Amino acid sequence: MSSYLTLEHVGMTFKTQSGNFRALDNINLEIDKGEFISLIGHSGCGKSTVLNIVAGLLKTREGVILLDGREVSDPGPDRAVVFQNHSLLPWLTVYENVRLGVDKVFSVSKSKKERDDWTRHNLELVHMSHALEKRPGEISGGMKQRVGIARALAMEPKVLLMDEPFGALDALTRAHLQDSVMDIQAKLGNTVIMITHDVDEAVLLSDRIVMMTNGPAATVGEILAVDLPRPRDRLEMANDKRYHELRAEVLDFLYRRQLRPAA
Amino acid sequence: MNANVIRLEIVGEAENGQSEVKHVKQGVEAPPCQPAASVAIAPEEGAKKGAWREKGAAMLKNILLPSLTFLLVGVLWAFVHSHVAHEIPSPAETWDRAREVLAHPFYENGPNDMGIGWQVSYSLGRVMAGFALAALVGIPVGFIMGSSESFSRAWQPLIQILRPVSPLAWLPIGLLLFKAVNPSAIFVIFITSIWPMIVNTAAGVKAIPRDYMNVAAVLRLGRFEVTRKILLPATLPHVLTGMRLSLNIAWMVIVAAEMLTGGIGIGFYVWDEWNNLNMPSIIVAIGIIGVVGIVLESGMNLIQRYFDYNRQ
Repeated sequence: MSSYLTLEHVGMTFKTQSGNFRALDNINLEIDKGEFISLIGHSGCGKSTVLNIVAGLLKTREGVILLDGREVSDPGPDRAVVFQNHSLLPWLTVYENVRLGVDKVFSVSKSKKERDDWTRHNLELVHMSHALEKRPGEISGGMKQRVGIARALAMEPKVLLMDEPFGALDALTRAHLQDSVMDIQAKLGNTVIMITHDVDEAVLLSDRIVMMTNGPAATVGEILAVDLPRPRDRLEMANDKRYHELRAEVLDFLYRRQLRPAA
Repeated sequence: MNANVIRLEIVGEAENGQSEVKHVKQGVEAPPCQPAASVAIAPEEGAKKGAWREKGAAMLKNILLPSLTFLLVGVLWAFVHSHVAHEIPSPAETWDRAREVLAHPFYENGPNDMGIGWQVSYSLGRVMAGFALAALVGIPVGFIMGSSESFSRAWQPLIQILRPVSPLAWLPIGLLLFKAVNPSAIFVIFITSIWPMIVNTAAGVKAIPRDYMNVAAVLRLGRFEVTRKILLPATLPHVLTGMRLSLNIAWMVIVAAEMLTGGIGIGFYVWDEWNNLNMPSIIVAIGIIGVVGIVLESGMNLIQRYFDYNRQ
């Protein structure tokens, strides 16, 4: 009962045309407040399924999810999601996309002026103040993802859920955004679950890396604590012995112990 | 006047060709998406000159080539008139008639003799009335079909059977129901317009990305908010596509419908002039019907582009 977010015996079975598919089996996880957790595993191992269950976007009958002492099952802004493909509404401007969430979450607790300020503040946090009136179609992929992060942050979620947030970006943009996320998380102390298949990203950003076994019936294989001091600098890490040990450990898990038979 | 007409036509065609992906299946047309803006990287010096030259060349092409076509068709027409079928009026005769007709488009000589402007206005009035009624019914029905699997299952077969039927086949039923020609013509346009609206709206609702609904779920938007803030704006481009297709077909159908119903209207005008064996008038009317069609199409294109949130 000490952890902030708890997953207890979470499992998931999908009904398909060719019978039942057991996707997840007995997932147990305890996450502390302010912790940055990465879920890593081969594609198809059910990482996204775990995230969607926590978000409430997928329902399961097996297991319980407790957040801040309460069971959660429906989606809600206390578990804001940063979607892989940003999912900004293309007919709204950058500002309006963030404001939509702000208006919804703080409809009572904040005045109009405060909501406006809060929207702008969060867009500033992700360095998007210059493009408030632009539409998603007018900005780059990296910028869209920044706005997606701002939208999620602006809901002041208890947990920030990020589903391969940088997967669709080029390497340089990805590095920029990773740094931004590290800065923001250091500043705000968010609790984060991030899905990734990028080993460096996992080691650089996380406090703990949850490595998942291959499906079907995927589950938590191993949990690796990343004991690198913060703030972490990308360039220093390149020469850090411990960083490389941790990296090697994740790689070893992914490519030796969990090598995909079909791949 | 001719030069303007030519220009419009070419612009319209170029846009259709470039910016629309047509789904052949079920006549559903994807909403237009603008091609990515091309970025011209040219050195400052001499760039302006080159740009002007390019623009001039494009203008020349856009005006010169269509003009040539018109000239060619005119020559062919004159040849047909003089050597093949003398009954076809000569271009000169037609031109004279056009000037005559267009000189007083809104004259009134009693209910059976009105200017071409009136004829077109009456036809447009019927099209707009039928079109508006179809939108009023078709768009909500399309929304329900798109969002309810069972409703769609229930109604899809009937719609599939009725959709390919020529709207004119409904005219007798209209006459039977309304016992008057004007409402019957409007009824035919209603039937014409409703199918593309239903089908495209339903397709638009079905095409809403799962992600948008996930966003709505995370934000805990209510049913009403989801409709207003997500469903409607996300579907609007498809709805407008349906409306544009409807309007195009409606304008074609009204001419035929009016030939059958009589009264005032560009369709009956054509038929009446045929009975008077006034061929130049018919050719003039064909030209006018075409121009009005282009104007309607461009109007819908403008509206569609205004609401196209993907435009750069």
